[in-house]
Amino acid sequence: MFKHVMQGITVVIALAAISGPAFGLSDAYKDNIYNLPELKPFDSVLKVKVGDPAPDFTLPAISGEKISLSQYKGKKNVVLSFVPAAWTPVCSDQWPGYNLAKSYFDENDAILLGITVDNLPTLYAWTNQMGKLWFPVLSDFWPHGSVADIYGVLRTSGVTERALFVIDKEGIIRYAHVADINKRPELGALVMEMKKIKKK
Amino acid sequence: MKKIIISLAIALNFFIWAFPSFGQGTPPVEGGILPKIILPVPADQGYKKYLGLKGEGTFLVPQLKAKVVLIEIFSMYCPHCQKDAPVVNDLFSKITGDDSLKNNIKLIGIGAGNSDFEVDFFRKTYNITFPMFSDAEFSIHKILGEVRTPYFIAIKINPSGTYKVVYSKLGGVSNADEFLKTIKKLAGLK
Repeated sequence: MFKHVMQGITVVIALAAISGPAFGLSDAYKDNIYNLPELKPFDSVLKVKVGDPAPDFTLPAISGEKISLSQYKGKKNVVLSFVPAAWTPVCSDQWPGYNLAKSYFDENDAILLGITVDNLPTLYAWTNQMGKLWFPVLSDFWPHGSVADIYGVLRTSGVTERALFVIDKEGIIRYAHVADINKRPELGALVMEMKKIKKK
Repeated sequence: MKKIIISLAIALNFFIWAFPSFGQGTPPVEGGILPKIILPVPADQGYKKYLGLKGEGTFLVPQLKAKVVLIEIFSMYCPHCQKDAPVVNDLFSKITGDDSLKNNIKLIGIGAGNSDFEVDFFRKTYNITFPMFSDAEFSIHKILGEVRTPYFIAIKINPSGTYKVVYSKLGGVSNADEFLKTIKKLAGLK
């Protein structure tokens, strides 16, 4: 009997692995999204914390520019949005939501920087499906994931966590949130954090 | 062979116990019935009046006093839903602006994986005036087979209270007149 139970549980685990989570994927990407099974929620340890100066970086953007975090110092609050990978569920809908929510960033004097470890051509093709994005999209491809690693959000598989950092105009980290990689962080929470900085 | 059957039977029982939503999740089939979707009675008096609901608590879609209930499964994060929102508004205006349709076709939206905040933001951004409900934990979305968005479902409710799905398709409205014509035809409305 025990043997049957164990065999049964093995089948259950296999079924669970292929059933996957609900992503609520937009039809905008048709059949071009690479479906993944549910992943380990977290796979890294943050190397920065609230109150720390945000490590500076310079990365290439799909616009052809090079963007440095420090160029916004004294001018804009900055939201860093690390998403794990192009052409995957959840990630493919997260930035179109932020694209729609531009007014919240404007109201709070914030710029959004979207970052993945994909290379520029991949990011270009992927973000073109999202419509015209108002924020810079940066490639942390080479040295692979070096910026993600400085912040402590590079996973052992080579993609990043689904992470948000809110950095004030003085360059100080005011919010650091690593979400379960399988779930999209809720917009209201991010807006609340941006508002907190605005009040200061 | 017997051992395999026993193992599979144990696996199935355990799976149903461990994952109660498994097996419920297929998109509604035209001609079939709508899976049981429980929604909260809106606090907003205007929505309550539009849906013909009273008091508090929850309701089931087929309980609405209408001949047809049209459900849009959308997401604030979905680029196609964003693009389609003005056309869906046009569809709603055409329904509410027609005396023969306004009490017979009711339109609601369900935000797959969207919180109350996100649904509210989507509604304000596009000036949407029909009732929209949040489904933050994807619970309704799972029951409906984890459809992509936007997805439209229409159910026809008979005077006897029985009902059936007459439309269940992936994709937006694109053209409000054509869409409305299709729904009317499928539901047998003049």
